[in-house]
Amino acid sequence: MNLIVEREKGLLELERRINDLRSANVAQLGDMSSEIAALEKKYEQILHEVFGAMSPWEKVQMARHPNRPTALDYFSAFERFDELHGDRHFRDDPAIAGGFARVGGIDFIAIGQQRGRDTKENIRRNFGMVTPEGYRKVKRLANLASRMGLPIVTLVDTKGADPGIASEEHAQSEAIAQCLYEFTIARVPIVATIIGEGGSGGALALAIADRVLMLEHSVYSVASPEGAAAILWSDASKADEAAARLKLTAQDLHRFGIVDTIIKEPLGGAHRDPAGVVARVLETIVAAIGELDGFDEQALRDARYAKYRRMGADASQGGR
Amino acid sequence: MPDWLSFGRNKGEAAPDAALWNKCPKCGEVLYRRDLAANLFVCTKCEHHFRMTARDRIAMIVDGDFEEIAADVLPSDPLGWVDKKPYPAKLAADAEKAVLSEAVVCGYTRIGGFDVALGVMDFHFRGGTMGSVVGERLTRLFEGARERRMPCIVFTASGGARMEEGMLALMQMAKTTAAVTRLLDERNLFVAVLTDPTTGGVSASFAFEADVIVAESRAMIGFAGRRVIEQTIRQKLPDQFQTAEFLLEKGHIDMVVDRHDLKATLVRILQCASSGAARRRRSSTSAHAGAGSAS
Ligand SMILES: [Zn+2]
Repeated sequence: MNLIVEREKGLLELERRINDLRSANVAQLGDMSSEIAALEKKYEQILHEVFGAMSPWEKVQMARHPNRPTALDYFSAFERFDELHGDRHFRDDPAIAGGFARVGGIDFIAIGQQRGRDTKENIRRNFGMVTPEGYRKVKRLANLASRMGLPIVTLVDTKGADPGIASEEHAQSEAIAQCLYEFTIARVPIVATIIGEGGSGGALALAIADRVLMLEHSVYSVASPEGAAAILWSDASKADEAAARLKLTAQDLHRFGIVDTIIKEPLGGAHRDPAGVVARVLETIVAAIGELDGFDEQALRDARYAKYRRMGADASQGGR
Repeated sequence: MPDWLSFGRNKGEAAPDAALWNKCPKCGEVLYRRDLAANLFVCTKCEHHFRMTARDRIAMIVDGDFEEIAADVLPSDPLGWVDKKPYPAKLAADAEKAVLSEAVVCGYTRIGGFDVALGVMDFHFRGGTMGSVVGERLTRLFEGARERRMPCIVFTASGGARMEEGMLALMQMAKTTAAVTRLLDERNLFVAVLTDPTTGGVSASFAFEADVIVAESRAMIGFAGRRVIEQTIRQKLPDQFQTAEFLLEKGHIDMVVDRHDLKATLVRILQCASSGAARRRRSSTSAHAGAGSAS
């Protein structure tokens, strides 16, 4: 059960009562405006109490919220989107969606990790856990974008790469490694946005980018908090402690220089105003592409190299 | 004594693995340490390949001297990490136990007479996990190989990205990949030798970007750890799953080599690469000569 969904129950109940009072107001009960105002005040108060300062573990839960906008919710706000399918070898992985896209008059290739918005879709899309076939589709689309001169826009939202038997048999390591390679050498601007959960190498496969954006309550981690807790304390129920240790919030990652821009969410999370959040994210992506348009191909690749070359340099002592 | 035998070891200090006897984890045979070392740490009874220290591995593979680089790049504690113990305490304990400053040793050397940039990971230090230091040392190795126009060989042994350094560890996958792209761009040969175990952030970055991927007999190689997969699918995996032999059959790697044949195999590959480099030089000089005579 999702922690945030649980905590929202009281709020949703208040919301329902306020709406009931509003519709009943004039017709039956006379003026109820003072009562409505009191309830609204209480509602705001609870909203601030619950979501004003979220812990890392609460953010993990927020990132996994079932109503949080998914990649396809962003894609459906595009001016145009023509989906491209398959890895050209074996199958089309439904955990990856990608294709020709247009936003704000700019054409690009969009690639996103897609989890399900309900149980049935989650099963079909493997909860957003990508198989080697999915990563090979990503690589193919990134290569296409690079050759065509189209910017690459990715949306990251995965618990991690699929850890199944078939994925190992189909060389999951190689598939991810080749994505990293392709993104590193791409001759076009790359803008990656962490919209939900960024699970380890399976997320990084879509996130080597000139600009990395991250929604305020998204998380991006070297290991899942549950997995980390199991390794560290042999106790997956200590996931909240692990989440705090892993430094996986947008704010932490911005401090480390891993994330360039944090995109604000409404109080209570992105799902409270999906259309607004989607619009804000797309605006930020378009602006980032605009900034990168000034660079020629080689300068872009050199800057990308320099950016990743520096990663962790402060975390190792000595040398040069 | 060549330099590489003394690196990281204080004078007069015994090797950490100086115990007289070793028990084979596979067949249970008790082996005299000297016999085991003489047999390249392969069980004389069942052929089980013991995990090797970076030091023993270098001794086994190089002709003579080993010029270590980036040894002065040392770990810090960027996250202020504490679990059962603080991260710096774990680092110090491993450094003492493994007599090693980090999980990889990099440098320039000769193998079968060929100049090579060589990196060797050591599972005995933090499970060979890749943190900022492993990433930085390997990146300098890849960059050095490119500058010196040398082939590069990396022996991997790793549990993946180092959790105690959080996302900075994950970023080392991106950093090493960036260095590999430039290495391969300049037509340097890159050989990865996957040893037991090679998983996660190492297998899914520079290891599977190599031109030639060699695996040691019976090494466990995969993306997800065996336990993670078993928990996910709720069933036991067959013994063969994720072994070097399994990967060879599935077409993921070029060859599986017994440790006794490893050096000779690498020398033959280096020999071929050197022929290719010589041919490229010849064809570029003759192209220039041709251009000269035409003008
Ligand atoms: Zn044995």
